[in-house]
Amino acid sequence: MARSQGAALDRKKLMADPIMVTTIVVLITFLTLFILYPLAILLVDSFVGDGSFGFSIFKRIFAMPSFTRAITNTLKVGFVVGIFSTFIGLLFAYVEVYVRLNRFVGGLFKVVSMLPVVSPPFVLSLSMIMLFGKAGIITRFLLHIYDNSVYGYWGIVIVQTLTFFPVCYMMLKGLLKNIDPSLEEAARDMGAGRWKVFMDVTLPLMLPGLGNAFLVTFIESIADFANPMIIGGSYDTLATTIYLQITGAYDKAGAAAMAVVLLCITLFMFAVQKYYLEAKTAATLTGKASRARMLIEDKSVKIPLTILCSLGALFVIMMYICVPIGACFPTWGYKFFPLTGKWFSQVFTRYHGFKAFKDSFVLSLIAAPVTALLSMIISYLVVKRKFRAKGFIEAVSMLAMAVPGTVLGVGYIRGFSGGLFHTGILQGIYGTGLILIIVFVVRSLPTGTRSGISALRQIDKSIEESAYDMGADSFKVFMTVTLPLIKDSFLSGLVTAFVRSITAISAIILLVTPSYLLITVQINEFAEKGAFSLACAFATILIIITYGAVLLMNLFIKYFGTSRKIKEE
Amino acid sequence: MEKVKKGVRLEHISKIYQDPKTGKDFYAVKDTSLTIEPGSFVTLLGPSGCGKTTTLRMIAGFESPDEGEIYLGDEPINELTPNKRDTAMVFQSYALLPHYNVYDNVAYGLKLRKVPKEEIRERVMRILKLVELEGMEARMTNQLSGGQQQRVALARALVIEPSVLLFDEPLSNLDAKLRVSMRTEIRRIQQEVGITAIYVTHDQSEAMALSDKIIIMNKGFVAQMGTPQEIYYHPVDEFVADFIGEANFLRGEMLGRSGDTVRLNVEGNELLVPGRGDMEAGKEYTVVLRPEAATLADEGGLPCRVVLSCFMGSYQNYHVMVGDTLVKLEEHNPKNKHIYQVGDECSLVFAAESVHVL
Repeated sequence: MARSQGAALDRKKLMADPIMVTTIVVLITFLTLFILYPLAILLVDSFVGDGSFGFSIFKRIFAMPSFTRAITNTLKVGFVVGIFSTFIGLLFAYVEVYVRLNRFVGGLFKVVSMLPVVSPPFVLSLSMIMLFGKAGIITRFLLHIYDNSVYGYWGIVIVQTLTFFPVCYMMLKGLLKNIDPSLEEAARDMGAGRWKVFMDVTLPLMLPGLGNAFLVTFIESIADFANPMIIGGSYDTLATTIYLQITGAYDKAGAAAMAVVLLCITLFMFAVQKYYLEAKTAATLTGKASRARMLIEDKSVKIPLTILCSLGALFVIMMYICVPIGACFPTWGYKFFPLTGKWFSQVFTRYHGFKAFKDSFVLSLIAAPVTALLSMIISYLVVKRKFRAKGFIEAVSMLAMAVPGTVLGVGYIRGFSGGLFHTGILQGIYGTGLILIIVFVVRSLPTGTRSGISALRQIDKSIEESAYDMGADSFKVFMTVTLPLIKDSFLSGLVTAFVRSITAISAIILLVTPSYLLITVQINEFAEKGAFSLACAFATILIIITYGAVLLMNLFIKYFGTSRKIKEE
Repeated sequence: MEKVKKGVRLEHISKIYQDPKTGKDFYAVKDTSLTIEPGSFVTLLGPSGCGKTTTLRMIAGFESPDEGEIYLGDEPINELTPNKRDTAMVFQSYALLPHYNVYDNVAYGLKLRKVPKEEIRERVMRILKLVELEGMEARMTNQLSGGQQQRVALARALVIEPSVLLFDEPLSNLDAKLRVSMRTEIRRIQQEVGITAIYVTHDQSEAMALSDKIIIMNKGFVAQMGTPQEIYYHPVDEFVADFIGEANFLRGEMLGRSGDTVRLNVEGNELLVPGRGDMEAGKEYTVVLRPEAATLADEGGLPCRVVLSCFMGSYQNYHVMVGDTLVKLEEHNPKNKHIYQVGDECSLVFAAESVHVL
């Protein structure tokens, strides 16, 4: 059977739409140049870096004990953090979905799910050191333990677990809500107790979802750069080892090979998660719950679970609160009172705070709308249109999700410092603000695209078709129908991209030049030097900015979001 | 609407899809040729998966045919994108733009065509009057009932004065009563405007009520095209007969012919039916008998035994066995008639001219 005529006609119809064709070409160029190419160059570099093709570089790095240790360290941390986060996430999710909570506890839960979104990734490391370190408020001044060390394995595990479990909590909450209550009621009805129902019905249904949550956290953990950097001490993970290989040993080929190793690990995890577990999750938990669940009122279940979760939540919140308070202590570790604002003023008077905030702010502000628009366009193309390169666009933008920032950073160094393929072409962008913006965009693109895709899938395809049929071309359809319908998703994508950009560090720290001062890099530097009060002052202002952005977005959506109006029946 | 009316012509159209499970290609529509007269109301009718919606979407331009050419009037339109085609579609899900009110939804196509504002206003109001939605202009679409939403969708398609109006199962989301009143409405509006309409449905009563012509599709092929009467009374094969209305099939070997009448051996009984010229003695033929065309009597027809007798209000529903063949009957207005009970031996009576030989 020949499908050539249909395909040729489809192509002709596509070509009749110049804006669409241009968009696709620009997208493909962008994705190839800034996601595929840097990764490809890493591969090339690590195989032919010494001038001859072969495994010599890999042999060299695998002979380094520090590197092999970093691999085991990374996997060990990732595994444990994955388990802990999934477990705590499940506990929180279960309590929220199944147990009747009072408003205060419900509020605590909301705050906990919100905090990691708005705060820079390494805030918990700071507070961990300040609360439990050698000069920690709790360890030294409350418990009088003078030699407590938080640096190392357990430090990273605790901090990462606290940072990532809310992600699991949000994921699992969604899944639990989708379990049809009648399934559990049927088991109860046949005589099973609550615990038995949980073990026999709820848990098996959740199993793929739990695996999914575990792997997502695992990937996050091994890709994390900032926390191991600050609290790892001499316990190096892959991300920090790669960073040190470049900034300390100036071994770019070695770093490239290490990055390839790290990338292989995350890609493998990502592939398992995406193609195996996600499909399974969807298969076991399809559709919506048919009606509301009878919440558990039983005091013997409710009280202990509520207390446990509330304490956990309060602990997390305390960790976050510690940052602004820490910024107000006159001298960390010696003098706590009276609280002072001197660190805040030093941020601006001595340490170029204005420039740091301006640079971070402006770069993120440029990156955010670009990211949001790009991810909406990609989602639109992926969900609503069919054309040949669609698979490529979807695959590459999802691939970016599995690429750790450090890997991307090394890729950019190798790929652009000498121009494209070391020819000098495009060399101009290296070291400029432009490349930082591009990194911001690439780093936030997958999240935006994912939320865009799920928002668009909810919209009946025929709505856009009807506009097309009425005479609108693709551009008009996108502007007058698609974008207005996913305005909320677009806005939240905008803010997420902004927040992610302004709090980003892993890729950026490798690419930033002295002409740009970025807040996150500053915080990292001060924390490294042990100037925690300054780091806290910077972090506090950063949190205020990001929280303000999120607040603004929520207000905006509330008053100007169209989707809400549409949803109201 | 003083436009020249245009018809639609499909010449040897095929569309191939890939089965998502097996990965094999199959014909969703195969070698279909149709001519739809200007100003007529034509229905594509068939079970799901028969290719009717694919055909409609090819006419609209959403799908591209793998073989053949589609003409709008005399102009080949294969290469035109949907927005460049002079067709307008009414969707099953209404597909109204949820962020616009009624007025803006209807005006959307006109705005795209850069029609002057006053003219838009005038045309939108005229169309809204036609579909009886005056005074609703400012409503958001989610404040409308299903029937009203479908009227908006119809108005939106009509207002741009397309050459052809396409309907993709527009009534299937409405409840049964509303469906009946909306189809009368659609027919009235189509006749008032005099537009060519192509209508896809799997509901045969809808097709009958609306159409000048019905095209029955099955497995990607056109099974039969004709007026509702032709299709109902003279189906070309068992599929058509069975799909349109209820049908009983009596099979029998032809025994002989006397003039226009042929004699068939049905379950050991001799049956006289109107014959065709090409029928030969000794061959087996199938006779289509509609449930309302026969009745039960004590004697005088094919002997049968009652296996189901069920009161349905306006009619009595019988299932009877003629030999090994099950025949379903509807005895209308049963109030003053003799009701046969299960197990009764009786006789199946019908006029020779009310059956059709395939």
